Amino acid sequence: MQNMTEATWLALQLVLSGDADLLEIVALSLQVSLSATFLACLIGLPLGALVAISRFPGRGAVLVVMNALMGLPPVVVGLIVYLHLSRSGPLGFLGLLYTPTAMIIAQTILIAPIVAALSRQVLEDMHSEYAEQFRSLCLGRWQAMQALIWDARYALLTVGLAGFGRAVAEVGAVIIVGGNIDHLTRVMTTAIALETSKGALSLALALGIVLLVIALGVNAAVQGVRMSAARHAYV
Amino acid sequence: MSDAAFPFAVRASAHETSSRAPLFPLRAADVRLTLGGTAAIDGLNLTLSGDGITTVIGPNGAGKSLLLKMLHGLIRPDTGEVTWGGAPAESVTQRQALVFQTPVLLRRSVAANLDFVLKNRGGDPARRDALLTHVGLAHKARQPARRLSGGEAQRLALARALATDPEVLFLDEPTASLDPASTLAIEEIVRESRDAGMRIVFVTHDIGQARRLADEVVFLHQGRVLEQTQADAFFDGPATDAARAFISGRIVV
Repeated sequence: MQNMTEATWLALQLVLSGDADLLEIVALSLQVSLSATFLACLIGLPLGALVAISRFPGRGAVLVVMNALMGLPPVVVGLIVYLHLSRSGPLGFLGLLYTPTAMIIAQTILIAPIVAALSRQVLEDMHSEYAEQFRSLCLGRWQAMQALIWDARYALLTVGLAGFGRAVAEVGAVIIVGGNIDHLTRVMTTAIALETSKGALSLALALGIVLLVIALGVNAAVQGVRMSAARHAYV
Repeated sequence: MSDAAFPFAVRASAHETSSRAPLFPLRAADVRLTLGGTAAIDGLNLTLSGDGITTVIGPNGAGKSLLLKMLHGLIRPDTGEVTWGGAPAESVTQRQALVFQTPVLLRRSVAANLDFVLKNRGGDPARRDALLTHVGLAHKARQPARRLSGGEAQRLALARALATDPEVLFLDEPTASLDPASTLAIEEIVRESRDAGMRIVFVTHDIGQARRLADEVVFLHQGRVLEQTQADAFFDGPATDAARAFISGRIVV
């Protein structure tokens, strides 16, 4: 077992030297989580917008379910996706288990409810301001949804960031459906778990550092965009 | 506002030549609307014909804004009916435009606010610059709409309403919080719209403004139309005590 100081030093060396294994793991993590975030936004934003501007019987129950789904346990999502993609499952013929695609699917299922629920809140607040004007302009539902999503784009960036944060940091779902296979499905969180269990703390710490830097960098970028938008009165 | 030609194709005799059903007369028949257990509009009857500027005046709480929204089809009365040329109000909303007291501008540039309406209402995108020139905002086209002053924001809201090429333009106290110069600028655009053939219904509680603009006055009090007459006749000799008190500046409740 390495001591903490030694492990940290080795981790910094790995990061600064651009270690090939490290870069590969980081790249796959970003590919999987960014893809999942993109897909979750494609699903979640319109869904959130639709619920935000619609009034229908049972809407309260839908809101409760949407909010509850934000707390989906990753291992449960991983298990459900595994059952569907395993050879005996209904989608087993696709041969997706233990591939990055399976990991993207699992993360998309995990964070789409987060994007939908948070965007619903953002868009509903904005819609309460716009609704009468939209009705006066005789806009249809689709036109109103488009307008709301565009006008709330900076707030929705934060929603997307929340989804990405959840995706890139989770380990339970991707380890079940990805299998943590070296050079194929190993991402930062699964690698950290593996290296820690092996006692190889330097790579685990290096990945941890990268994970933190990514989280900080993405947050800083979004914050910068939001501040710029606020200066221009677009939020 | 500008010397530019009126920037949209208002039909000089729109109501006669349009292939669509005529909007007028507008009739509100025994309309009642209750809000929070109180009758905000209480047995209101009103008929409007198709020309000029009608100012709807009355004290705060008289129901002016609610009446405008009912005529525009945004609110349904509890009882009674509002019809335009015999058709329900909701069915002709798109042939009208409403400028709200507080303009709700999209979180986009000034130009993009107009582009949005032109695109979604099937307008000619090329009209945008003419509309901005018409309301004196051409030099602010690229600026964020929410950075505009109150008067500029209201002029943009007016341009947006004009972009829908309405036959009827409702204005709900559009100058309530504006300085005199901005108020006069709005009034000039309204007059130009009237002169171009548009029917105007203008809500205000500013007597001076009503005198400047009105061809016809509707005096509203406690959710009912107390007087409806030509502007000169109204201001020269109002028929009711409430209208006399309102014009003279005495409190009317």
